[in-house]
Amino acid sequence: MKSAVWQRLDLVARMLTPSLIAVALVIVSVVPLHIPGYSAVIPSLALMAVYYWALHRPDLLPAAAVFLVGLLHDILTGGPMGIQALILLVAYWVTGSQRRLFLEKSFLVVWWGFMMLAAGAAIMQWILMSLSFGALIIPRPAVFAYLMTVAIYPLFAWAFVRAQRTLPRVA
Amino acid sequence: MANRQGRVQRLAAPIRSLAQRFTFLFLLLSAVAVLLFGKADPTVFERTRVVVIDATAPVLDALSRPVATVAEIVDEVRQLAILRSENATLREENVRLQAWRSMAQQVEAENTRLRDLLRYVPEPPARYVAARVVADSGGAFVRSLLVNAGGRDGVAKGQAAIVGAGLIGRVAEVGQTSARILLISDLNSRIPVLVASSRSRAVLAGDNSPQQRLLYLSANAQVKPGDDIVTSGHGGVFPAGLRIGTVSSIGKAGVRVAPFVDWDRIEDVLLVDYGGSGGSAITPAIANSQTGEPARGISAGQ
Repeated sequence: MKSAVWQRLDLVARMLTPSLIAVALVIVSVVPLHIPGYSAVIPSLALMAVYYWALHRPDLLPAAAVFLVGLLHDILTGGPMGIQALILLVAYWVTGSQRRLFLEKSFLVVWWGFMMLAAGAAIMQWILMSLSFGALIIPRPAVFAYLMTVAIYPLFAWAFVRAQRTLPRVA
Repeated sequence: MANRQGRVQRLAAPIRSLAQRFTFLFLLLSAVAVLLFGKADPTVFERTRVVVIDATAPVLDALSRPVATVAEIVDEVRQLAILRSENATLREENVRLQAWRSMAQQVEAENTRLRDLLRYVPEPPARYVAARVVADSGGAFVRSLLVNAGGRDGVAKGQAAIVGAGLIGRVAEVGQTSARILLISDLNSRIPVLVASSRSRAVLAGDNSPQQRLLYLSANAQVKPGDDIVTSGHGGVFPAGLRIGTVSSIGKAGVRVAPFVDWDRIEDVLLVDYGGSGGSAITPAIANSQTGEPARGISAGQ
């Protein structure tokens, strides 16, 4: 009886892993690293998590979690509330709808998919931010942040694969 | 058990799919609603923001400590390498500063005498709260910091945030144990300033780049590279005379100011309460009323 309870708890904890990873990444992404020039090109770690889990285990990262992760991002970075939530939700939906194209494909194809998605997300963010601000914003920093995001995706994808192996295969 | 769960899930799949679609649409609309409400009235979500930030601040505090330590070690090793040359520079600077010091003492004495003559009422002494930076929003669109001091420690909205080198921003949101500092490099930052040498008035505007722009400088104002920029005290947000930076270039894109602060090394900040009118309602109004000016178009094209 006791072990059943523990098993269940363990299962719940594992089911929550993708959402918790996304929350953790949002928090980690605002920790000041004191690396010259880094703060201007902070990559979108949350987008990586959303892309990976929406592709591989959408059942474990519900849209509500994506929404909350986006809001947390907006709050911690001090940006206009709702922008990141909207972007991540759209990214989640787009990834889900293109899932068949990328599942079981080589990593390069998946990476290319992320490149496309991140570009879309960056453009969307630039447009929303400019609208919210009421004027065009210099796009240069966004371009660098985008390049950074795409460049370090493999590193996080590798970590996500490790995490995914510990998850129960109910889908 | 897994088997049974699998069966239940198969049966419920169509219903779930429909529910999921509705949930998704609902969430999407919620995000848009949050965005619009937040834009219409920035104070709507302030309470939520502050609560979330207060809750996250301890985690950020714990995470940022080891990172800061590593950064310090790296910095120290680097400084070790340039120790000799730096020593020489510092010695030179020390001689220069001592000359300045004696001059400052003379001026101070004279100042006191003159104040006595005029029965001048001095401004109330400032109160300082030291805080550690626990988060750097970074990214391409927002420039702000979170610090580990809040209302409990005497931090209030509108207070100036300075580091040794000069002004870096103002307190924009205050929680119990944490606060957000809107940096002078943020898009929403507009600070009334003076060119120290000529006393020409202008507004220092952030545009997300490390350097800021001077707006509304009158056509006949005398500015040259190297001129000091200080707060003017207009608008009542900051006291007059806080050092910010120097004019770095004057060109087609306007006058740019290089702040004294090194953006990559802000570890601790001082939040300064001047006991004055560091009002809460003043700053957002300033930020919002001037965002649509035509000068922005120039920066967008850079």
